[in-house]
Amino acid sequence: MCLAIPARVVEKLDGEQAAVDLGGIRKTISTALVPEAQVGDYVIVHVGYALGLLDPEEARQTLAMFAQWQAMGDAQGAP
Amino acid sequence: MKYVDEFRDGQLARRIAAAIHDEVGERHYHFMEFCGGHTHAISRYGVQDLLPPNVHMVHGPGCPVCVLPIGRIDQAIRLALERGAIVCAYGDTLRVPASDGLSLAKAKARGGDIRMVYSAADALAVARAHPEREVVFFAIGFETTTPPTALVILEAQREGLPNFSVLCCHVLTPAAITHILQSPEVREFGTVPLDGFIGPAHVSIVIGTEPYEHFSEEYRKPVVIAGFEPLDVMQAILMLVRQVNEGRAQVENEFTRAVTREGNQRAQGIVSQVFELRAQFEWRGLGTVPYSALQIRERFAAFDAERRFGLTYRPVPDNKACECGAILRGVKRPTDCKIFGTVCTPEHPVGSCMVSSEGACAAHYTYGRFRDIPIVHAGAGVEENVS
Amino acid sequence: MTANLPLSTAPVALDAPAADPTRAYSRPLSIRHGRIDAAHGAGGKAAMQLIEELFLAAFDNEALRQGDDGAVLALPAFDPTQGRLVMATDGHVISPLFFPGGDIGSLAVHGTLNDVAMMGAQPLYLSASFILEEGLALADLQRIVYSMGAAARAAGVPIVTGDTKVVERGKGDGVFISTTGVGVLAPGVHISGRNARAGDAILLSGSIGDHGVAVLSQRAGLQFETTIESDSAALHTLVAAMLAAAPGGVHVLRDPTRGGLATTLNEIARQSGVGMVLQEAAIPVKPQVEAACELLGLDPLYVANEGKLVALVAPEVAERVLQAMRAHPLGRDAACIGQVIADPHHFVQMATRFGGRRVVDWLSGEPLPRIC
Repeated sequence: MCLAIPARVVEKLDGEQAAVDLGGIRKTISTALVPEAQVGDYVIVHVGYALGLLDPEEARQTLAMFAQWQAMGDAQGAP
Repeated sequence: MKYVDEFRDGQLARRIAAAIHDEVGERHYHFMEFCGGHTHAISRYGVQDLLPPNVHMVHGPGCPVCVLPIGRIDQAIRLALERGAIVCAYGDTLRVPASDGLSLAKAKARGGDIRMVYSAADALAVARAHPEREVVFFAIGFETTTPPTALVILEAQREGLPNFSVLCCHVLTPAAITHILQSPEVREFGTVPLDGFIGPAHVSIVIGTEPYEHFSEEYRKPVVIAGFEPLDVMQAILMLVRQVNEGRAQVENEFTRAVTREGNQRAQGIVSQVFELRAQFEWRGLGTVPYSALQIRERFAAFDAERRFGLTYRPVPDNKACECGAILRGVKRPTDCKIFGTVCTPEHPVGSCMVSSEGACAAHYTYGRFRDIPIVHAGAGVEENVS
Repeated sequence: MTANLPLSTAPVALDAPAADPTRAYSRPLSIRHGRIDAAHGAGGKAAMQLIEELFLAAFDNEALRQGDDGAVLALPAFDPTQGRLVMATDGHVISPLFFPGGDIGSLAVHGTLNDVAMMGAQPLYLSASFILEEGLALADLQRIVYSMGAAARAAGVPIVTGDTKVVERGKGDGVFISTTGVGVLAPGVHISGRNARAGDAILLSGSIGDHGVAVLSQRAGLQFETTIESDSAALHTLVAAMLAAAPGGVHVLRDPTRGGLATTLNEIARQSGVGMVLQEAAIPVKPQVEAACELLGLDPLYVANEGKLVALVAPEVAERVLQAMRAHPLGRDAACIGQVIADPHHFVQMATRFGGRRVVDWLSGEPLPRIC
């Protein structure tokens, strides 16, 4: 149950709301579930609400893990 | 889009695919992706094309529209047509076929005031804008969508809104997974040999990875929580293959950039403030499942549409030819259903697996049915190279 | 019969100096405060005033100035044995009436011009018929009608005849507009959805999804801000440039409006009895359109466009036609997005950016945004 997308907080607004940017689109969402989100943070947005923060360091590590397969793939050849 | 596009990279996909090809043994692997969003990602990106032929993805019931029983949609329709309420619902819900040849969309054509909303907050806004009318929010979804519903109920209470209520059909993921593992088909007849699960991405942001730990222990099945993008799914499949090969049954987290073991405790707290467990709830295709759904607590009774309108629940059996029940449990595939693609299509869905684009049938029909028929590949005599 | 539309609309004071009773007094339309009412549709003085001060002022041309029931039109040199007429019609019911990049008026003009152009014809004349809802603000109607006039003038195609009717409040969405266009087809031009052949290149004139996203951004409840504008535009000069570059080589032309690119390609596949293979990576989508679709759970392939076309052309002329498109302001981002193949099932397949393959199916029902 998942249509949720990472977006960058660009402005904090009154009433537990924030403006986020996704690919140039600006949208107002609720931060009631993630009040600690700051400008510059990435949040996961679902049906107009931020559900959680995205950890950039973990994201980097995950991508690095994918990239390591390149070495293996090169050695054995892609299917 | 940052943190999205990088996780859809085709080059990286081929590398992970190579790793999966290297590591699979001779045996067959059956993994269930529980979450409808994963079903959609697998179909839309053609992930199956990159997997070895002995790795099989079984589509689970993680599509909240698909598991919504007809009886609940009937309740929403009656609220609009018989009680004159404005019924606000998420888009997917509108076309699910219910009783008497109706759906919410068809009820709208008959004069029911039914409005599509993108957010629970929109429903609240409708209530504020129409103080003279009753407004009901048809709240469906798993744990991802439940916290927003809790928030609007709290807000409605704070404002003392007299005309707003929620028809609560929120359901719980762990209960559904347990039910699948316990169903006779899996334990006794072995017709659904499941070697592991890809756990839902965004549900897990809310509930954390901890609730899945007892499955792995009790049922000896590995669970890998995967992010939403196709690379995440492929990485999770690789992690599952390894667990199976190594005889492990653990909960692993691929979606570390958004999911922690504890989850979003604030969201969990808000949900338990407003909701409590129902003793049982009917799931379309799974039957009655204990402690699998939520109802609104007594102190918020004024915002509970079931109490406010004195609704009773009437279970309605599915069309006899419809195999959604078996398909939702992974026991059958869409192509096993006699009416798939003929009587039942996305244009005229008979069962809910065909309505939501994540339902196994709709996903297969929309993105993958060409695999059922021998097709002409572009390579056959025609240059595939396009500038 | 052109009237000077009074743009300043101060109401006449009731105690103004006594007018000369022998001179007929005509109170101008109050654009700022006025609204459509039943009288405007009744065919009497109020209707006449609306036509003169609003419609004629905006559309002004020789045919309209005659003030007759029908327009008498000149045709260019026309060979009755070989020349053919093309006629097309379109109804417009869009809501909201105004959106970034256009309005129902400019859309009504561009839509019908494009239908004529997609046959390979040169559009000559337009008609416009209006169903007005009681209560519609005259200021809005003026804005729409002036927009239509401007669009028609820019395209070089006059609106030569029209009609207005008024319906009761609640029976119309502000305004519905129907436009019909006629054009001429040069001898030897045969463009039809039935003409696609295996091997044809599939060309797209630019980015998809702009119009749909621009309109959605105006819908209440979505609350997203974007700089995306509708791509609403008249495509007939682009078509003329393409046909000039490769006479006979253009087999199919179509503009992917409602239902988007996916629906249009499926229609053509079925009409011609062929299949198609597309390359996702080659299909231009603006980043903001992609983001808006992600946010809303929509697929850009199914989102409406109002200023784009697909052309299925013989492979040997593809490069030439593409160059002609890119040289035209409405085709700068033109790309070859795939090719036609023989396929008895008429599937439109797509090689995804990710490396897998999927079918691009017809749109089923209305595009409902997913929550999941």
